Amino acid sequence: MEALYREAILDHYKHPRRKGHLDAPDIQYHDHNPFCGDELTIELKVEDGVVVDAAFDGRGCAISQATASMIMEEIVGLSVDELKTWDKQYILDMLGIEIGPVRLKCALLSLKVLKAGLWGLEEWPE
Amino acid sequence: MQATVNDRTTELAAQFPILQREVHGKRLVYLDNAASSQKPTAVLDVMERYYRQSNANVHRGVHTLSEEATTLYEDARVRLAGFINAPSDKQIIFTRGTTEGINLVAHTWGRANLGPGDEVLITQMEHHSNIVPWQILRDQLGFTLRYIPITPLGELDLRELDVLLNARTKLLSFVHASNVLGTVNPVPQLVQAARQVGAKVLIDGAQSVPHMPIDVQELDADFFVFSSHKMCGPTGVGVLYGKRDLLEEMPPFMGGGDMIRSVTMTESRWNTLPYKFEAGTPAIAEVIGLGAAVDFLTDVGMGWIHAHEQMLTRYAYERLSQVEGLRILGPEPEKRGGLIAFTLGDIHPHDISAVLDMDGIAIRAGHHCAQPVHDCYNIAASARASFYLYNTTEDVDLLAESLEKAHKLFG
Repeated sequence: MEALYREAILDHYKHPRRKGHLDAPDIQYHDHNPFCGDELTIELKVEDGVVVDAAFDGRGCAISQATASMIMEEIVGLSVDELKTWDKQYILDMLGIEIGPVRLKCALLSLKVLKAGLWGLEEWPE
Repeated sequence: MQATVNDRTTELAAQFPILQREVHGKRLVYLDNAASSQKPTAVLDVMERYYRQSNANVHRGVHTLSEEATTLYEDARVRLAGFINAPSDKQIIFTRGTTEGINLVAHTWGRANLGPGDEVLITQMEHHSNIVPWQILRDQLGFTLRYIPITPLGELDLRELDVLLNARTKLLSFVHASNVLGTVNPVPQLVQAARQVGAKVLIDGAQSVPHMPIDVQELDADFFVFSSHKMCGPTGVGVLYGKRDLLEEMPPFMGGGDMIRSVTMTESRWNTLPYKFEAGTPAIAEVIGLGAAVDFLTDVGMGWIHAHEQMLTRYAYERLSQVEGLRILGPEPEKRGGLIAFTLGDIHPHDISAVLDMDGIAIRAGHHCAQPVHDCYNIAASARASFYLYNTTEDVDLLAESLEKAHKLFG
């Protein structure tokens, strides 16, 4: 149990960071996981290629929502070029848990939404 | 009473090798039977024996292996006919499963009989397999698709039935037992209403055939479909039963070998029933396995299975109701089959299932391929525990304890 729902994940799930909406986002993207119906919207303000503000909204399991919250903590101040280097492994390292093939999509939903919103890559991250 | 039932169940469970394994160091408690059931040794053995001793294509060669394979395959058809009391084994069409059975009816009977001005009536508690084929066909043929709504308690709301089911209705297609709510629908009332307007009736028996005695003649359905893998048989095979005159009139589904009587460069003539609908090499080992599953279920007794699941469902309904924050979807135990879908506070069903999995308990989480049902309750998904002949009241206790743990973790 602790392996999957470690303290930090439960904390982000119960107390999500930057959950809500921005007034005038430059980028807004919404997607869902067709297998379980989890939904996620990410909004960003980008100035000179750097993320200056961010918010997410959504509903879903602890893994998908905690991942989004964790990404919110990291994303502000980073350049879009830096974000482009984020891949599956980056997210899994951030979560710090072992995750099976079924739940992998829960973990990667935020990255999928982020990449689709930022540069139109509408595929599950590898 | 309860102890006796559990004794018999333990004896039965011993015939399912997979139930002896552990998951995360705990005894496997398998409560995902509505998704797929486990398989007894009798089924596994007969399939292995077929591959080791009799494997060959059916209805072709005159050599010994082909004859053995054909006999085994056709014997299974006879057993299936007996199991659901079909008048003839020629009315047992082997499909890939319930989904293919419904698609077969849609693409053959549907294409020949539906057009603009016609209506097909389904219900809001259908599995996607009894919604999507009709939506696809509607977009191609231009008929109207209507839905019988459901009540807050999870039963069909039949107050408007005489409007929904009218002279334009050509087909009423509905689920016998809901895979989310557990609701067992009133077949006699629905069939009688359909007869009055001259509509044909298709019944999705995926969740009823494995769990209760079924007599297709008594149900009086025009079409009845179900899957092997939910009734102790292998995946990849299912059955379409149809009334003979309808099956005779219907054009074939897929073209290919086995379904033809003669083929020339310009035209082909169709084979007789049931082969007209069985193009290509069928799932021979799986059909034979399904035949063995039917023998197994018959030996156990469908009446006993139904009574056992009713007992478990009543027990689970009471026990789960005591779990803080737990809300059961659907009607009271007396009106449902052996499954209970629920929500637990705000905990996402995936998280519930993941916590339970750590205790070796397998349940289903998600929309169960029935999104419109969940829309009714304004929820995206639910968790579902579904029972079968090998489950015990102890399994239900373990489920409840693990749910209490999940509530604490996320509470």
